[in-house]
Amino acid sequence: MSHALATRNTEPDSTGRGVVRSWAAPITYSLLGLVALLGFAFGSPHAEARFRITDGSQKISVPDLVLGTTFVGWAGAVILLGIAAYSFVLVRAGRKLARWMLPVFAAVFVIAFLVWVIGSANTPNVYLSGLIAGSFTLAIPLIFGSLSGVLCERAGVINIAIEGQLLAGAFCAAIVGSMTGSLIAGVLAAVVGSVLVSMVLAVFAIKYLVNQVIVGVVLNVLVAGLTSFFFSTVMAADAEKFNAPPSFDVIRIPLLADIPIFGPIFFDQTILGYGMYLAVFLVWFGLFKTRWGLRVRAVGEHPKAADTVGIKVNALRFWNVVLAGVVAGLGGAFFTLVTSSSFNKEMTAGQGFIALAALIFGRWNPIGAFFAALLFGFSLNLSFVLTILGTPVPSQFMQMLPYAVTIFAVAGLVGKSRPPASNGIPYVKE
Amino acid sequence: MARLAVRFLPAFHPSPQMTRVGATGNSTTTSLDPQRAGLEGERVTDVKLELRGITKKFGSFTANDHIDVVVESGQVHSLLGENGAGKSTLMNVLFGLYEATEGTILIDDKPVTFNGPGDAMAAGIGMVHQHFMLVPVFTVAENVALGNEDTGAGGVLHLEKTRTRIREISDRYGFGVDPDAIVEDLPVGVQQRVEIIKALVRNARVLILDEPTAVLTPQETDELLNIIGQLRDSGTAVVFISHKLREVKAISDVITVIRRGKVVGKAEPSATAAELATLMVGRSVSLTLDKDAPKLGEETFTVNNLSVLAPSGQLLLDSVSFGISQGEILAVAGVQGNGQTELTEAIMGLVDHASGSIRLDGKELLGRSVKNIINSGVGFVPEDRSTDGVIGTFTVTENLVLNQYDRAPFARGLNMRPAVMLKNALAKITEFDVRTQGPESMAGTLSGGNQQKVVMARELSRPLKLFIASQPTRGVDVGSIEFLHRRIVAERDAGTPVLIVSTELDEVADLADRIAVLYKGKLVGIVPGDTPRDVLGLMMAGASNEEAESTSGNEGKE
Repeated sequence: MSHALATRNTEPDSTGRGVVRSWAAPITYSLLGLVALLGFAFGSPHAEARFRITDGSQKISVPDLVLGTTFVGWAGAVILLGIAAYSFVLVRAGRKLARWMLPVFAAVFVIAFLVWVIGSANTPNVYLSGLIAGSFTLAIPLIFGSLSGVLCERAGVINIAIEGQLLAGAFCAAIVGSMTGSLIAGVLAAVVGSVLVSMVLAVFAIKYLVNQVIVGVVLNVLVAGLTSFFFSTVMAADAEKFNAPPSFDVIRIPLLADIPIFGPIFFDQTILGYGMYLAVFLVWFGLFKTRWGLRVRAVGEHPKAADTVGIKVNALRFWNVVLAGVVAGLGGAFFTLVTSSSFNKEMTAGQGFIALAALIFGRWNPIGAFFAALLFGFSLNLSFVLTILGTPVPSQFMQMLPYAVTIFAVAGLVGKSRPPASNGIPYVKE
Repeated sequence: MARLAVRFLPAFHPSPQMTRVGATGNSTTTSLDPQRAGLEGERVTDVKLELRGITKKFGSFTANDHIDVVVESGQVHSLLGENGAGKSTLMNVLFGLYEATEGTILIDDKPVTFNGPGDAMAAGIGMVHQHFMLVPVFTVAENVALGNEDTGAGGVLHLEKTRTRIREISDRYGFGVDPDAIVEDLPVGVQQRVEIIKALVRNARVLILDEPTAVLTPQETDELLNIIGQLRDSGTAVVFISHKLREVKAISDVITVIRRGKVVGKAEPSATAAELATLMVGRSVSLTLDKDAPKLGEETFTVNNLSVLAPSGQLLLDSVSFGISQGEILAVAGVQGNGQTELTEAIMGLVDHASGSIRLDGKELLGRSVKNIINSGVGFVPEDRSTDGVIGTFTVTENLVLNQYDRAPFARGLNMRPAVMLKNALAKITEFDVRTQGPESMAGTLSGGNQQKVVMARELSRPLKLFIASQPTRGVDVGSIEFLHRRIVAERDAGTPVLIVSTELDEVADLADRIAVLYKGKLVGIVPGDTPRDVLGLMMAGASNEEAESTSGNEGKE
């Protein structure tokens, strides 16, 4: 009842509020605060962590950032425990946690962790711009995958098959790209491959009303099986001919690309990288500012209402799932035409599922999914970088990082997310 | 009762700025300029809608059997019939949601076919559905625009035009609807006006209202009837579907009565309620319940300062206290969603954040498990029988022992005793007149009224210390209502405290010895069972009973 009602009801809203105490957040904060205290403060390696902002190849040079692990460890632990204590006080008083708490807590924890882990490494310095730019690169297929999920689920079709779409896209891009030697043909093939997966999902989910989660899972297994089969038969037989696709060149925008940290992210990308930014904007704009988007959201929320105003619910859903295939295909192409020079068995390695997590974490919003995917990209890249630097944390644990973050995200620790009301429910006219 | 009926006849004074224009007036310009149609003082183009021999079959079941209806501009045409008589099916055929098995629809004497609601709307037919067809997370403007959007290049939405139209219509009829409000935050009465606006923005010449008053307070109902009057006066043909005699009598120009899919007759609005009811049900029914004065015993059930919180912290029930004596019916009145569900669920141990005290025979119920509460002698008829009352895929026999399946005589050790269960089922089916093909039929295949009888039979079939029934006759045909009400009164007369929750004022008035009114989770007051409807209506909108009595200006009870 927060919205002012323009009714004759002038009396104040008499609905009271009571106190429902949830201790989940304070307890989580405290545990993480203790980790920081024991690990980063007491466990400080008493060294310095060096963050290089520029690596000398740019025109602008910024001095390195050098931080003492002991100071940052203690400062971080004190701030984190302070926030934890404050959250206890707030919950006890029955008040809501402040909005700044989660982002500040997360930022301080990440900084303290980074300083500690870099300081403890065999090579205690890291190229910060590279770390961040690498995160963006790793995030690009995730973002395409999440956008595919957004397009499907906003229209009310659950898309578990993102993994399969990405893999089909990667495979088709590799094989067609290699045979034709053309990047454009490769990208188109990726789109076609991914759309085919989408269409199977759409037909089974919309026309035959099969449980959408099951169809999605089955599609993932099917695509993994098919591509592995062709990989080990066709591609392995003549890798030169069938598995040597061309690669997209990086288009570097002069001057702008030299801006520290931001330059490499925004102005030093491949066509697909720039296309990602465009896709995020287009999906957001389309969903929230156009007639198409209004109808898509209506169909995902209350298909019967949409039907009663003359919108063809199932047709709209079908074409949205197909469109999702197009977007996921671009993400798939990124694997074989940008990151790697050839296709490999199950090379998407669960990134489709992380994209799904990013979609939920990002609350079914393209912009939210973009940032969530970036977070996952960052944790993925961090695990790579730290393995190279040689850290005290076993590399297996570092590789778990993105998945651990995913669990925290999906478990709803960062606030309740509300999916489209009719997500996963097929629409049948009586 | 007569006094009440008079009170309910709404006064139709067309708003002062409305000038009535002759039937032909400037109707041509209206139809040519959709942006201005329906603006102040303008009359909607005249229309004649005819349904000829409409038959709709679902498999072997005939929902509509050769129905003929003619609807004309400037008329309110009521379709009166019981739940399941086929009124909604007929309108869904007209609105293009269902395809008729036989028959034709004619608009201005020309046959038309609708392949979907879009076609029907293009032909000037608008519908306000019983369950609102609004997207809850959208704003009013987005809902109104949906399917009929004003767009610029590339399909970019221009909601400003829609907002302007909403404000125009809202001002003209005094709807008071804010185009930028989120629909789920609006009270149901306002949501309904949004539905009407949706139809008017599309220049509906025929407006169908399907059971529009089911969710409204008496005051909101009056306002709606007033709006319908204004719409009629501006030349709209209104189809009003209802099973509520009072409203149908108050608003109609023509009444068509439908029973079991057939038109069984036409009636004048001046016909008495009893005549209409007889036509509707097919036999004479007594509309009022004869019950003796309660013989009050000890007050064995007490609720003290009961509060229930939503997970979000919102108070759904705010320090509610009352008591019920043995042999007394306390009915809780209120518009849906004012804490009634939470009240009954708290007593049954179904909610998480409840505080206060609920005592039955001196024992605290709060904090105990549902099973424990049932075993201490509480019978409970939930408001939504199909999800909470029966298990659709279980047989009637099984459904009749859901609360006692693990105890004697239906169980011995780990074994259930099918023979005893079956015997029990046969006895209950006869006693409660459950219309089923047999005790082994799936409960889901029964009609709503018969499902409700199964639930009632189960809950009333053991000695009770407290009986709670939520919406005991929702969606139940008039004939069964009578029966179910008698059973409830019989339970009272056996000395059980009875708590009834109902949003139907008629039912509350019939059953209650005392009436408790809930508004936004607070107990507004407890009043005697014979309190006038309009006082109750005002209390249901939040006025205290003293305020309500003085405002209503009734001759008073004291």
